[in-house]
This record gives sequence, structure tokens and C-alpha cells, in this order.
Amino acid sequence: MSELILTRNFHLPGSHTLALYRETGGYAGLEKAFAMKPAEITEEVKKSNLRGLGGAGFPTGVKWGFLPKGHPGPIYLVINADEGEPGTFKDRYLLERDPHALIEGMIISAYAIGAHLGFVYIRGEYVGPWRIFRRAVEEAYQAGFLGKNILGSGFDLDIIIHRGAGAYICGEETGLISSLEGKKGWPKLKPPFPAIRGAFGAPTIVNNVETICHVPHIVRRGAAWFAGLGTKTQGGTRMYSVSGHVARPGVYELPVSVTLRSLIDEHAGGLPNRRRLKAVVPGGSSAAILTAGEIDVTMDVDGLKNAGTMAGSAGVIVMDETVSIPDALMVVARFYAHESCGQCTPCRESTGWIYKMTRRIIEGKGRKEDLDTILDVARRGAGTTICAFFDGAVGPYISYIEKFRAEFEALIPK
Amino acid sequence: MSAMLTIDGRKVSVPEGTTIWEAARQAGIEIPVLCHDPRLRPVGVCRMCVVDVGERVLAASCVRAAADGMTVQTRSEKVERCRKTLTELLLSDYPADSAREKTTGDDLLLALGRSFGVRPEYLTIPRGDGRARDVSSPVIAVDHAACILCDRCIRACDEIQHNDVIGRTGKGYTARIAFDLDSPMGKSTCVACGECASVCPTGALTHKPLTAPIRPRAELKNVDSVCPYCGVGCAVTLHVDPAKNAVVLVDGRPSPGNESRLCVKGRYGFDYALHPQRLTVPLIRRAEFYPKGPLSGDVKGDGRRRKPGGLVDYNEVLPAFSEASWDEALDLVAKRLSEIKKADGPGALAGFGSAKCSNEEAYVFQKLVRAVFGTNNVDHCTRLCHASSVAALLETIGSGAVTNVFGDVKNAEVALIAGSSTTDNHPVAATFIKDAAQHGTTLIVVDQRETGIARHAHHFLRINPGTDVALYNAWMHVLISEGLVNREYIAKHTEGFEALRETVKRYPPERAAEICGVPADKIREAASVFGRAKAAIIFWGMGISQHTHGTDNARCLISLALLTGNVGRPGTGLHPLRGQNNVQGASDAGLIPMVFPDYQSVEDAGIRKRFEAAWGVRLDPKRGLTVVEIMTGALEKRIRGMYMMGENPFLSDPNINKVRKALAALDFLCVQDIFLTETAEFADVILPATSFFEKTGTYTNTDRRVQIGWKAVEPPGQARLDWEVVSEIARRMGYPMEYVTAEEIFNEFTALAPSYQGLTYQNLQPHGKLWPCPDPERSDGVQLLFGDGFPTPSGRGKFVPCEYRPAAEVPDSDYPFVLNTGRLLEHWHTGVMTRRSRPLSTIQPEAFCEMNPDDLAAAGIPAGAYVSVSSRRGSITLRAHASRRIAPGTVFIPFHFREAAANVLTNDQLDPVGKIPEFKFCAVRIDPATA
Ligand SMILES: Cc1cc2nc3c(=O)[nH]c(=O)nc-3n(C[C@H](O)[C@H](O)[C@H](O)COP(=O)(O)O)c2cc1C
Ligand code: SF4
Ligand code: SF4
Ligand code: SF4
Ligand code: FES
Repeated sequence: MSELILTRNFHLPGSHTLALYRETGGYAGLEKAFAMKPAEITEEVKKSNLRGLGGAGFPTGVKWGFLPKGHPGPIYLVINADEGEPGTFKDRYLLERDPHALIEGMIISAYAIGAHLGFVYIRGEYVGPWRIFRRAVEEAYQAGFLGKNILGSGFDLDIIIHRGAGAYICGEETGLISSLEGKKGWPKLKPPFPAIRGAFGAPTIVNNVETICHVPHIVRRGAAWFAGLGTKTQGGTRMYSVSGHVARPGVYELPVSVTLRSLIDEHAGGLPNRRRLKAVVPGGSSAAILTAGEIDVTMDVDGLKNAGTMAGSAGVIVMDETVSIPDALMVVARFYAHESCGQCTPCRESTGWIYKMTRRIIEGKGRKEDLDTILDVARRGAGTTICAFFDGAVGPYISYIEKFRAEFEALIPK
Repeated sequence: MSAMLTIDGRKVSVPEGTTIWEAARQAGIEIPVLCHDPRLRPVGVCRMCVVDVGERVLAASCVRAAADGMTVQTRSEKVERCRKTLTELLLSDYPADSAREKTTGDDLLLALGRSFGVRPEYLTIPRGDGRARDVSSPVIAVDHAACILCDRCIRACDEIQHNDVIGRTGKGYTARIAFDLDSPMGKSTCVACGECASVCPTGALTHKPLTAPIRPRAELKNVDSVCPYCGVGCAVTLHVDPAKNAVVLVDGRPSPGNESRLCVKGRYGFDYALHPQRLTVPLIRRAEFYPKGPLSGDVKGDGRRRKPGGLVDYNEVLPAFSEASWDEALDLVAKRLSEIKKADGPGALAGFGSAKCSNEEAYVFQKLVRAVFGTNNVDHCTRLCHASSVAALLETIGSGAVTNVFGDVKNAEVALIAGSSTTDNHPVAATFIKDAAQHGTTLIVVDQRETGIARHAHHFLRINPGTDVALYNAWMHVLISEGLVNREYIAKHTEGFEALRETVKRYPPERAAEICGVPADKIREAASVFGRAKAAIIFWGMGISQHTHGTDNARCLISLALLTGNVGRPGTGLHPLRGQNNVQGASDAGLIPMVFPDYQSVEDAGIRKRFEAAWGVRLDPKRGLTVVEIMTGALEKRIRGMYMMGENPFLSDPNINKVRKALAALDFLCVQDIFLTETAEFADVILPATSFFEKTGTYTNTDRRVQIGWKAVEPPGQARLDWEVVSEIARRMGYPMEYVTAEEIFNEFTALAPSYQGLTYQNLQPHGKLWPCPDPERSDGVQLLFGDGFPTPSGRGKFVPCEYRPAAEVPDSDYPFVLNTGRLLEHWHTGVMTRRSRPLSTIQPEAFCEMNPDDLAAAGIPAGAYVSVSSRRGSITLRAHASRRIAPGTVFIPFHFREAAANVLTNDQLDPVGKIPEFKFCAVRIDPATA
């Protein structure tokens, strides 16, 4: 077993309390951090090869470096705890079982980027996690870890918790920002990117919960240590949410160099009932599907990218031989048709149509040319939209059909 | 900084920040768009305009800025395929019968479909989205199935007109546009300005045909004109079907004044000209209908309640008249007027011109009265709207016109809107004020009603009716005591400051608070916001002018501007928002009893000599009587003969019961109009005139912009041009007036009016010019007046201190409510035009009064019930609407409705200087109506 970092306390009763967090070394890294210059922390994070764990896998330190230098106005840190990607449930555990890790991560990150206000945008359905996190923030204020002049460092940080209302698109960082601003959660045009013009018009860093939870460890144990845990281009461990047809579904924290096969077979206990593996979605529903023969890949960002899919949010959905891929695609298509914000025409129209088409196929009313039409519509819309939502939808549309075409064709009347 | 980029192999250099789309356009490369319209904030949602900039994803060219060194492909195969697929997706859901294609024929989506060769019938994707149609608006047809969610309408509504009605409901594929909280359009807060339908690229929002089928613009005759209604003077293009002799569609024109914007009246209120009640033959009163008196039930005031939509019943009126030839009628008019002149002297004659008529018509009309009748008894409805403002302006700064255009509000740090329901009465000007308020201008609104513009105000001061003088005196008190005055300006450009200071000393905010009902700290706050502004502009409406202290009200606003030096610079100025389309021009042209054209005093011997030389006759050296004085004169038999061109004093003048007697008392009355007005029932001769669309003329808007309205259709029947009729009467009274065109009259007028010098029909095209315009070939005219002194004898602006005086008739136990009258967005003045416009009268069919719900409850009157409203002068019955925008103790009644004419109630007391009646204040009582 490799070392657990983020989840090391998950099994301890009271892991969400300040007391236990401090007993296990929590908030100890703060002093070290405050002794460093902000730019040094950013440099450290860069060297650690920490990559965003919310979906896009962008190098975190590089993102921080995009902030304008010497900006006179406020800068904001926004934590993406919307966790809407189907098959992903890791941030929820962090909020529930180790909320102070996020708070400590936020303090250090905010210090590094020069923010004095942090927002945490929590998925609306996460009522329990929200309560726990809110309590933790109160505790942190009382203990002087939040508010003015934290630990006498002269650094101030306030945290505002914002709850979502059930829209997947509010997990997309600019949709999230719109929602945070009190507007409807529509993604914004980029450029400008949030680091230049984000929440309320101010430079803003949006990071995933898990990403930020890594920061205290990097600061405490050094970038080299963290980088060494992973591959050449991505450091550290990450939390894989494994669901579907495995013996032990759940969250597994493992170095990013773990292979998909080992994750399924060794850690998650393999497939139950002696069934055979049919396909795996390795990184949340927006990742292209892999066939049973394609699982000897490492689970880091570049490993999966080279395999033609993506690490995404590390939601691993395992499907055994009983699963109908056309049915699965219809479920996925329904999700994207429902969750498109509807702003851009290609996304709104294509997701609606592709859902209609897959349903038509499943109902046995498909036409011969339908599969090519879906592929065509998906390819033509990809890369033309305001946000990556549609590109995310295109992943499954194309891969499900291309890799399991015969299954679809079998449903189409001759 | 500029960016050098390559588009389709062509090198293009554009200023930094230019979008790729714009850059391509400059290089002559058209990139197709759906959601983009240069008038709207780009949002980049349709993705039709995507181009390849060599990145992983395609970029939307309408929102992506051109960058230095960029290489753009606008027509690569990849790009074209994306566009085609997009078009296919949209067309697959598209209804077979696009309402846009069937009317104006410019459906952008269908055009794109054609250019990509998409044949919807061959598409293999499932078709139809089952969305519904909504025909609830009288002017705009909604077809949700044709909506491509480009959000143009939403932006037009929010960002151009600031009505915030349209939004989206649902998300993803089920998204739809929605009005308010998804109401039918006709039931929503939509004000039917039509901006959405004019920007919609598809058949989703289209103008409903109102007169005749709408056809593609290219197949129609397109005539440049202006709106016939209010003083904003929006430039329009009339689309005319010559075969049907009808205007079928009106578009806003991109002129500097309205930037293509229109309101419901300008866009949809044109059908009145085709109303079957148009007068088409001259009429002479039959002998058996003497002595004269009212003919229809409403004008008699029989008090019977009538059904909504109330137009005059011609069967009640026409039998009193017989049709006549033009010669008979004109001879009769000339004969009778000459007889009266001979018997009782020129002073027994009077004429009312109209601010609805053109400059040319106003000019010949006043010339007729002055040179032929031989009197200065010539006036018009401006007397009833801004006479007091003009009097105050002339007295203090030496010029009655605005010192700056309304559009310059965008440069103001603070804008004060006093006594103006701008969104109702100057709707398009209001859009620019709302624009400014959203982009950094602090808006202060002072009114007794919580008007539509008050909703956009940063500071709203609801004052007690008629207490403006106390309020602004207190503002000035604060400005002086806090040192927020512009000492340098006062010293250099004004006189009378000491006297003003002494007067306003007596108005500390605490005292004003008691009078105005606005807390003292709010008065202080608003005053200092105003005082601290680097540039402040003041707009006012009839809430200021229509009082017995209207001139004082205006003087205070002028003092406020002088005190703070807010005249003559960008973002500053005095702007009384003029009512009628040609209030400014009719006054400029001399329809005023004290002055010849261009405000040249009739009492100045030198000036008179010039006009006598020009017109070849001796002229009356005494100023004439004003509107209400003429009516009183008629009652007292001092005025015996009248000629009215396009005026309807029966409904527009105060105290109708008195007007009725006065009109009946006239020995002779000639009414020239396009419909049988209430006033015409008292006429001896009625002459059928041409409507706005049937003649060419110039009109001067509130900004001093002189614009041409070109003839678009032929007049009906025997109706004749107004100036022609006037000339005929002159000729028959022995004075030759031989004009061939309106242009000729314009040239005669401008030669006598220094302010109009240099303007010609040639240089007024296409967008008109602001007067004065010293360099008409190169400039748009002078926008900012009086940057350096004033056209007063001393060259300085004069402070005229005023004491607060209460209104002439204050509430008491018998008449406990204060009545305030005014206008509605959809109607114009006495409703002669708008109530004959189907869409306008459908939206606002009937008379009503608005009251505070608490007052209604206290009186035991349910909202929507009929009430009788009475003053010492009369009583009317109408429906009561409840509205919290009305302060307790006050009642608001729009004065457009003949069946419940507000002016039955109003007080004909006059402002001593401006001679304007107190339309905005009289005491009334409210009773439940007896069945
Ligand atoms: C449609 C869509 C949904 C997303 N949902 C989430 C989400 O629920 N949680 C999350 O952390 N990131 C989500 N992302 C990714 C965010 O946009 C963003 O990349 C991320 O929050 C950045 O944080 P990181 O760099 O720490 O990963 C989503 C992206 C897209 C396009
Ligand atoms: S791609 Fe889809 S989800 Fe993203 S902004 Fe466009 S319509 Fe909305
Ligand atoms: S109604 Fe017209 S303008 Fe409005 S979103 Fe639909 S297509 Fe666009
Ligand atoms: S604002 Fe006035 S001029 Fe403009 S369209 Fe409306 S009524 Fe006509
Ligand atoms: S025209 Fe550019 S995205 Fe619509």
C-alpha cells in the first residue's frame, strides 16, 4: 500500500474536527508557509507538478502564475466543490471527513496568490457536507485560523460559503463564477480567463477541493517529495472514485502512476459474479470510454490523454458484460441534453438532437444513417462552443459509437 | 496600438480591441452571423461566426479580439462544415412558414440555409420541437418554434430599451425565451416598443401587419421621415405600399437622435391615417343647427357612461353639416372672417395653430393671422405644456430652447429628472437616460408619482404635489452653505446671486421637508450629489411647467444649473423635454402671440419693420392673447371669429365646461383637421386636412434638430395640404400668398429666422441638423449652447429668486384629493390620432384614474370599480385603478379620453408669467359611481 496523504485520517472518528486535525499535524504547515514569500509558494507548487484535479488537469502553479503582477484591487480564491461530474464523489469525502484540510489549503493558497477572500461553492445536494464544512469554518475562525491577522502573520482571510442549486454547468469555472455573482450560471466567454478577470471582475483563481487540499502537504514536505510520488508530468496521489461493477466501489487514493487495471482488479476488488469487463470510463462521464483491452494505462493526466481519453475528475465507472452500451449512451446523452446551459447553439441543439437520436435507436426506430449523423454532429460542434461542456459530451458520443458500433447497428432495423 | 493580422491571406491592420468579425468586415470579408448585431453587446452564443485561428478550438469572431500576428481562416472546410451543421440543426426544428419570410422576407436563418444548400425536408435528424405560438400582443407575433435563442431580443430589450421584459426560461434543449415570468407577451410588462422584433433574425418575433400585408422592404417604397408623435422626433423610414396607398411598416432610422430606436407610438401608431373616419370633404354647418352647440353626447357632457374605445359617433355629428365644395367653404371662411374683422376690428379674430403641424404650416399660419387678420392673437398648444419653461428660459438665459441634446446625458455625472414621466412621454429619450444610469450616471428623479423612470433612479424624491420651489430652494440652500457652488462661474457668467442667496437662506432643508414631504437628510443628500457632480444635466417635463407657479419652478431649475455652472459643457445643460413633435418648431416659427418667428418681439419697432417689409403690410404692434385668454375672450365676446388648424381645445384646455360655452359663443369658427374633433362640433366650417404621412415638411424636435418628413402617401378624398388651405384663405381675404412647395415656405421662414440661417432642404438630409448651424455643409449643428455667456442684454445668466407659493386650489374637506393629469405611453394628447390606431387603442382602450390602494380601501371602493371624480368645475365617471406608485391623497388621470375628459375637472387658473394653466393640481373628490 502506498502512503495515504489526503485520506489518511478518513478512518478516524472525529476526523472532521479541529481537535483531531491539529492532533494529526494539521495547520502545522501554516507557520512555515507564512515564513515563505508568496511567490516562493507558487514556485513550490509549480515544481511539485500538481495538476488540477477538478477535470481539466491544468498545472496549478502555472495557473496561479497567470495572475496579474502587482494588481491593485482584490484577488479572489474560489474553491470548486460543485462535484457534478457523474461518477465522481471524492470532494464530498474531503468536505465531510477532513474539512480543515481544505481550509488550511485555502489559507496557504490565498496567501500565495494574494487573496483575502475565498469562496467555496458547494454542490446544492451536498447538504451534509455543507453543514460539516460550515462548522469547520466556524471553528477555524474561533481558533484564529481565519479572519484578521492569522496566527499573527498579518495575513487576513475570510471564507464565504456559497451553495449551488443543482446545475452541472455551475461546476464549469466561469459558470460557477456567474452563479457566485448572483447571475444565472452561464459560462463566460474566454478570453479573458478568470485569472485576469474572474469573479466580480477581479482576478480569480478557481481550484478544485482536492487540488487545494494537496497544497499544505507540498509546502510542508517539499515539491520534490510530491513530484516524486507521481509521473514525470504530474505529481502526487489523487482520489479515484470507483463505481459500477466492482466488488468494492469507493474512493481510493493512489499515486497517479497507478494503472487502470490495478485500480480495478487489485484495489477495487475486481468484477463481482465472475462477470467479464466490457468497458471503463476512466475520468467521469465526459471521458471517452475504454474497452476491456485498453485498461493497461497509467491513470495520470498524460497517460490517459495518450490513450485517447482523459483523467478528468478521476471518476472511474466500470461496466461489465451485461451493460448495453447504447443504453449507457442514452443515459449519458440525456444527462448532457438536460444539463447544457443552452447558451451556445451547437451545444444546445446537438445535445438535444443526439439524445433524441439515441433514444430513437434504442426504441428500434433508428435509421441507417443515424450513427454517422450523430458522429458528424458531434464532431462539427466540438471545439466551437463557449465552454468545454460540449467537448465533454462529445467524448462519450464518439467513443461509445466508434468502439461499440456493432451493438448500435444491431438495434437499427435493416 | 493597432493589430496586424492576416485574414484569408489578406493583411489587415485594425485598432487593438477590434473583433475579428469587424476586422474581416473592414477587409471586405463577410462572416455569417446569427446572434451578432453591431447595435448589441456581443455575446457569442450562436457560434455561426466561428473562424479558425489555429488554436485547438475554433473562435467566435464576433467576440474574439483581433491580435497582432494572428492568422485567421474564415472559410476553411472545417469552419464551413461547422456552420453548415449548425444551420442544419437549427433548420430541422424550424417551422415551414417563417413569419419573417412571409412578411419582410429577410429571415436570416433561411438565407443561411439557402447559402449552404440545406434542404430541411431532407434532413435525417428528428424534426420539430413542439414549441407554441403566442399572438397575445397586438403588434408582435411570437413563434417560439422559430426561435433560435440568439438572445438578440433579450439584449435589445435589456440594453437598448432597458425594459427588462424578455429572458430565457428552461435550460439546454428545452430553453425558450420568456416574457416576465413566462407570461404571454400581451399580458407581460412589455411596452410594445418593437425593438425585439426589429432585431430578431428569424420568424420568432415579427411585426404584425397593421394596415396592409407587409412585404419585403425592397418591394416597397421607402420614405425617410420622422415620427408624428412626440418631441423626441425619432427618425423613421416609412415603408409604403403605393398600390394600397398605405404605410405598412415603420423602421427606426440610425439618426444621431434616436439611433434607430422607437417607441410603440412611432413604430406601430401609424394606422390612424387610414381610419374610416378621416374627413375627406369640406363641411358647412346647416342652418337648422344654429345657435351652435355641442352635438355628440360626450361633448354635451350628458354624463352617460360609454363603452371603452370611445370614438365620436359620426351619426350624432355629421347630420349637422352639409358637404360643400372647397370654393364654397373657403369663400365662406374668408367672407365671415373679413366681416368680423371689419365690424369688430382685427383683435376680434384669433387663430390656434398646432405643434403637430410642420414648421412651414406654422409659419404660414402665423403669417395669416398677423399679416391678414391683422392681429397677434395667435397661439398654440405649447402654451399648455412649456410656456412657463420658455418664459423662464427667455427671462434668465435669453433663449427658450434646450442648451444641450438629451443624448448627451451619457456624459453627465448626474442627471436630474424633474416632473417628467419620461418613459411614458419621451420614451426614446428615456432609453438614453436609462442607458446612462446603467453606465455610471447617477440619476435623481423628483416626482409626485413613482414613475417608470423613477425605477431606474439612484435617488428618488417623491415630493408633495406643487412643492418644487421649496425643494430646489432647499437644494440651493445646501449647495451654498456647503460651498458646492461654482464661484468662478457665478462671477463670470451670472447676475443676481446675492438676491438668490438671501431668498434661499430662508429654505433650510428642514423647512422644505415640511412643505415637500421629503426628509431633510434626503434633500441634503440629493443636493450634495448634484453639487459634487463635475457635469450635471437637468431634464424637466410638465410636472414642472403646468402649475400657476410653473415659471417659478423652471426659474429654480435654471438657478440650480447656473449656481453649479452646469451649462455649456458636455454632460451639462437645461433640457425641458418638449411635448409635441413640433413644439420647438411651431414656437420657432412664431405661433406665439408675443413674438414673430425666432422669438423676435412684436413690440420692438425695428423688428416689426423688418417683418412689415418682408410681408408687405402694417403689423399689429401689441402682443396678442394666449390660448386660455382667447377662450376667455370668446366667452366674453371680445373674440368673435377663430380659425383652428389641428388643435382640439375642447379636450386639451382646462375647465371644459367653460370651453364648451366659449366655443359655442364664437360668431364664427373654422376648424381644419383630419378627423371630426370635439372642437369641430362647434364649427361653422370644417376643412379636411392632410395627415402627417401625406405631406412634406420640416419638424424641429426637443433637441433643436430640424428634420424633414417626406410625403409618403396620397391624401384621401378632397383633403388638402394645410399650408395650401391657409394660403387660399389669405388670398380670398385679399392677401396674395402664392407658394408652390413647402420648401419655398421653409426658405422664406429661414430668411427671417436667424437661428435657422443656412438650413436648406438639401443640407437637412439625411439626418436633419441642430439649429443654430453656422456651417451646414460640414457640421451637424451646434449641440452645446452658451459655453461662454448668454444672449441676454448683459451677456449673463440671471438668477431669479422665487418664493414658494401653494397651488391655486388646495384640497379641503369638500374636495380632499389632489388631481394630477398627464399622458400615457400609448396615447397622444386628445387621442384624436392614437385612439384611431388599432394597436394603441387595443393596449389602452379606456379612461381610468389611478389611486393609492389605501385611499380606495378607505373609500370602500374596490379596484376596477367605476368612480365619479368631481371638482368645483365638473364631474366625470371612470374606472379606478389601484397603484402604489400614486401617493396617498392624490389621483392621476390621463387626459386622452373624451368619454371621461380629465379637463372637465382641471383648473383654468394661469401662471402669471407663462400663462399656462394649472393642469397638474386641483382639488377633487371621489365617490362611488352611481350606476
Ligand atoms: C461542464 C464542466 C463541469 C465541470 N464541473 C466541475 C466540478 O464539478 N468540479 C470541479 O472541480 N471542476 C469542474 N470542472 C472543471 C472546472 O471548470 C475547472 O477547470 C476546475 O474547477 C479548476 O480547478 P482545478 O484546476 O483545481 O481542477 C468542470 C468543467 C466543465 C467544462
Ligand atoms: S458549451 Fe454548452 S454548457 Fe457550455 S456554455 Fe455553451 S451551451 Fe452552455
Ligand atoms: S426571439 Fe428572435 S431575437 Fe429572440 S432569441 Fe429567438 S430568434 Fe433570437
Ligand atoms: S419617442 Fe416620441 S418621437 Fe420617438 S417613436 Fe416614440 S412618440 Fe415617436
Ligand atoms: S455571431 Fe458570433 S457567436 Fe453568434
